[in-house]
Amino acid sequence: MGRYVVRRLLQMIPVFVGATLLIFLMVNVMGDPVAGLCGERQCDPATAARLKRDLGLDKPVWQQYLTYMGKVFTGDFGTAFNGQPVTELMATAFPVTVRLTIVAILFEVVVGIALGVLTGLRRGRPVDTGVLLATLVVISVPTFVTGLLLQLLLGVAWGWIRPSVSPAAAFGELIVPGLVLASVSLAYVTRLTRTSLAENRRSDYVRTAIAKGLPPHRVITRHLLRNSLIPVVTFIGADIGALMGGAIVTERIFNIHGVGYQLYQGIVRQNTQTVVGFVTVLVLVFLIANLLVDLLYAVLDPRIRYA
Amino acid sequence: MPEQHEPDGAVSAAGMGGAMDLAAAEAATLERTPGGPGGAGPRGRPRSLWSDAWRDLRRNPVFLGSALVILFLVLISLWPSLITSGNPLTCDLAKAQEGSQPGHPFGFDGQGCDVYTRTVYGARASVTVGVCATLGVAVLGSVLGGLAGFFGGLGDAVLSRLTDVFFAIPVVLGGLVLLSVVTSNTVWPVVGFMVLLGWPQISRIARGAVITARQNDYVQAARALGASPARILLRHIAPNAVAPVIVVATIALGTYIALEATLSYLGVGLKPPSVSWGIDISAASPYIRNAPHALLWPSGALAITVLAFIMLGDAVRDALDPRLR
Repeated sequence: MGRYVVRRLLQMIPVFVGATLLIFLMVNVMGDPVAGLCGERQCDPATAARLKRDLGLDKPVWQQYLTYMGKVFTGDFGTAFNGQPVTELMATAFPVTVRLTIVAILFEVVVGIALGVLTGLRRGRPVDTGVLLATLVVISVPTFVTGLLLQLLLGVAWGWIRPSVSPAAAFGELIVPGLVLASVSLAYVTRLTRTSLAENRRSDYVRTAIAKGLPPHRVITRHLLRNSLIPVVTFIGADIGALMGGAIVTERIFNIHGVGYQLYQGIVRQNTQTVVGFVTVLVLVFLIANLLVDLLYAVLDPRIRYA
Repeated sequence: MPEQHEPDGAVSAAGMGGAMDLAAAEAATLERTPGGPGGAGPRGRPRSLWSDAWRDLRRNPVFLGSALVILFLVLISLWPSLITSGNPLTCDLAKAQEGSQPGHPFGFDGQGCDVYTRTVYGARASVTVGVCATLGVAVLGSVLGGLAGFFGGLGDAVLSRLTDVFFAIPVVLGGLVLLSVVTSNTVWPVVGFMVLLGWPQISRIARGAVITARQNDYVQAARALGASPARILLRHIAPNAVAPVIVVATIALGTYIALEATLSYLGVGLKPPSVSWGIDISAASPYIRNAPHALLWPSGALAITVLAFIMLGDAVRDALDPRLR
């Protein structure tokens, strides 16, 4: 197990370097980084040249990348162009997005698995067909459409929620945005649970459990569910990174000032430091979540042993 | 040397008979009689995976329904004037946000443009982006993934790590960064971006499929008989590894259409005066209180389109994956 963890950690390094380098290059393509410093006007050429020299932007890209990464590992993500350290922006933005992601994950776990169990145990019945159709519709409708429609119905037409979230973004306000963020994954979790349950229902150990006279609820909870949920748990774990990166659309609809909002502002204002810093952290979250999922696999399924 | 698979001719022959057999297949779906009109082909002819799958698909109402929707979408994106006589760029501010009225069934949007005409013309952007991006991703992904899976070695290791790198970057985020500088008003930057970030998905599938197919006995036999690597790859492995690629690509087509709309909604995909559902939904969202119809019609069209492609992909997968039979 220890050797496996070390190998996985080593494998993460090239992926992390590659992904951050790719983002670094993309942001460099994004346009003149000092243009954003002069606001709407064109920069005076002499000022632009001096700014570039001060910020080290006259050096080749690979050298800029190395300097940047060196600083990142000492906890310095640079300064946004309004003079605020990027870490300060992160300190206000990440808690909001983490709360939003927690709400979304809770929806996936509670609603997704419940629906999956319901349909998996009643395959072919009307409730199964109905839920399956509903998941297909949810998967097909893009998140931003789901979000706008829910905002229109719940926020504007019926007045159940406030259409836009306050800067504090407490858990209570994030229920509907969290549902929107979770919607597509929720549908996948439902389908995955259903398929996995239906497959395992025919397995020998379930037949044994029934044959030795266990009550049905015990067969389902102790034997069937425990094994069927392994792929679901790994899906949800891998989804954490995707949800945080995908929150940009949901945050825009409900005006939530989280990671997506800061990134969007950074991109619109060509604030390269903000963009690279936030994306670097998101990539790290994605990689660590995936590593944890792989390790969890061994804990959940005793047949898998990492030597 | 016995051929385990039929060459592509079988598929195209089946494809050509398809249109004529539609009515017969519908009847067969109702009757569900084995050996009916949709039953086995001429006796003595070997049945390939493809002819089997096609036989299944012809009787599948989900496949027929989604194929009809897609056919209709392709038709109106080629010739929008078939079902509308209006011009999507002719707008009358005096009529802004007005509801449905004779001659304008979907009402008007915030700029006074006819929502029906714009919804019809919006199909073209979605279908073009979806089809071109999928073709690009499928070709690039299956060539890279196929070669890596076939030859293995260092190239394969590098490619696998490279796909990991691309998977670690959130797609919408990458789109925002890369497309925010583009000023061009065509679909091509969007298509290019999708190919750039989409190929690893197909390459992974193609690599796995090629590795599985490579171990088959007939590949060993062909190798023993002295066939060249190119011949083995093209004649023996590719026809048997292409099915999963087609399935994933069909489903991906739906998601690319959704992604184009999402990027256009965020303001970095297509930009006005292009006509696209994403642009229209984005433009309608501030008027959501007064003119919800301007939001609902393009959203509905978008949802039906994506749904059609995803269900088509589902049906094709069910037909091509023998384990599910």
